[in-house]
Amino acid sequence: MQALETRARLLHDVRAFFHGRGVLEVQTAILGGATVTDPAVESFQVDGLGYLQPSPEYQLKRLLAAGAPSLYQLGPVFRAGESGRRHNPEFVMLEWYRLGFSDVELMKEVAELVDLILGPSEYRTLAYAEVVSLAGDQLAVPADIRPRELLDLRFSVGIEALGPGRFFVTDYPSDQAALARLRDEDATVAARFELVVDGLELANGYYELGNPDELRRRFQRDLEVRCSAGQHQPAVDEKFLAAMKAGLPDCAGVALGFDRLLMLKLGADDLADVMAFPIGRA
Amino acid sequence: MANFSTSEFKSGLKVMFEGDPCAILENEFVKPGKGQAFNRVRFRNLRSGRVWERTFKSGESLEAADVMELDMEYLYTDGEFWHFMKTDGSYEQTAAPEAAVADSKDWLKEQETYAVTLWNDDPISVSPPNFLELEVVETDPGLKGDTAQGGSKPAKVSTGAVVKVPLFVEIGDVLRVDTRSGEYVSRARGS
Repeated sequence: MQALETRARLLHDVRAFFHGRGVLEVQTAILGGATVTDPAVESFQVDGLGYLQPSPEYQLKRLLAAGAPSLYQLGPVFRAGESGRRHNPEFVMLEWYRLGFSDVELMKEVAELVDLILGPSEYRTLAYAEVVSLAGDQLAVPADIRPRELLDLRFSVGIEALGPGRFFVTDYPSDQAALARLRDEDATVAARFELVVDGLELANGYYELGNPDELRRRFQRDLEVRCSAGQHQPAVDEKFLAAMKAGLPDCAGVALGFDRLLMLKLGADDLADVMAFPIGRA
Repeated sequence: MANFSTSEFKSGLKVMFEGDPCAILENEFVKPGKGQAFNRVRFRNLRSGRVWERTFKSGESLEAADVMELDMEYLYTDGEFWHFMKTDGSYEQTAAPEAAVADSKDWLKEQETYAVTLWNDDPISVSPPNFLELEVVETDPGLKGDTAQGGSKPAKVSTGAVVKVPLFVEIGDVLRVDTRSGEYVSRARGS
């Protein structure tokens, strides 16, 4: 019951935070015609209609391309196959986009929001490579692991090894740019960041890439990876790419796991403790 | 036998791993936001009792282990095998090798009921009940009247285990013993 009340208060606080900054709340479709190609994200398919959206990202960017101001969405998203202490196939995501912001400016705003909810604290910034190195040399790994997968595992272990505190992870390698731009001064590094709080990945943000040709290349590369792994092959989201062609204004965006924020607020050890109806009980 | 995928792993599930039947103790799903998912699994090897951890890529699977736990009555040992009988009225017997009783050998009392773990119908481990009432067969003479003060001495009970007991305990006393810790709990009847 305490979790329900705290959730309600946090929902209110988040909305007040954005209202005070003139960021528009929008509601895009939960059930969309297309989905992401990212090989690490599986969507639930709905017969004949499309997919439960794993993130409102593409639709929010379509609104921005159509002339919307800075905006946010606070609502449910879905990811197939993700279930555990820190994962639930359905969760609440807070995703927002700021026109004219760089990733560095957006990191500052993320910290201000987290300070508001969890109380002020220090933030340390460290590079992706530093996090990966924290995993150490003694890590037990599956026998048939591929280099990129090993990096993912080392990153997960490294994040836990960070321990208590708030950390921004930056300087992602370019092959993990997702939808972030590459740095002007160094194209091997993506303008992407993550916020880790007390060992929990809380938010992931980009200085957004709007170049439709580069985006299409990345989608194609995703689909090749999906193909070789025998994963579902979603069609590339042409509506999204058409909007990017029309022009995405300069912006930075970030997605934050709202339920995880609630976990941190309540000191909970399991997502199920902060959700009214986690999977299996829903 | 069926296979279980990482998404079906849960505490208590019995699977085959590296040729041995294992019980899953813990299964943690680990995944970076934009990366490969893994399952970090803690097992207990049901033969050796050893606990260890392995990381799997999510989606991998392990073969189910044909393991079950039965309540069985201990009958006797012939020195090579330890014989148990089902308590379901079938009088069906099974012979456990030394490896299966290694941890419980000193707690085997005839006509007591034990939890016997069977793998492909062969016993691989035997657990005693948490508490047993056992007779003292060997200990130094008791100190009469010394019931309140501390101090303890070793006493050997009928099954072979050696238990630390208060000084007043004598040969022939029946003790209630916690088999998990090997500790004396109380005297089971006056002597």
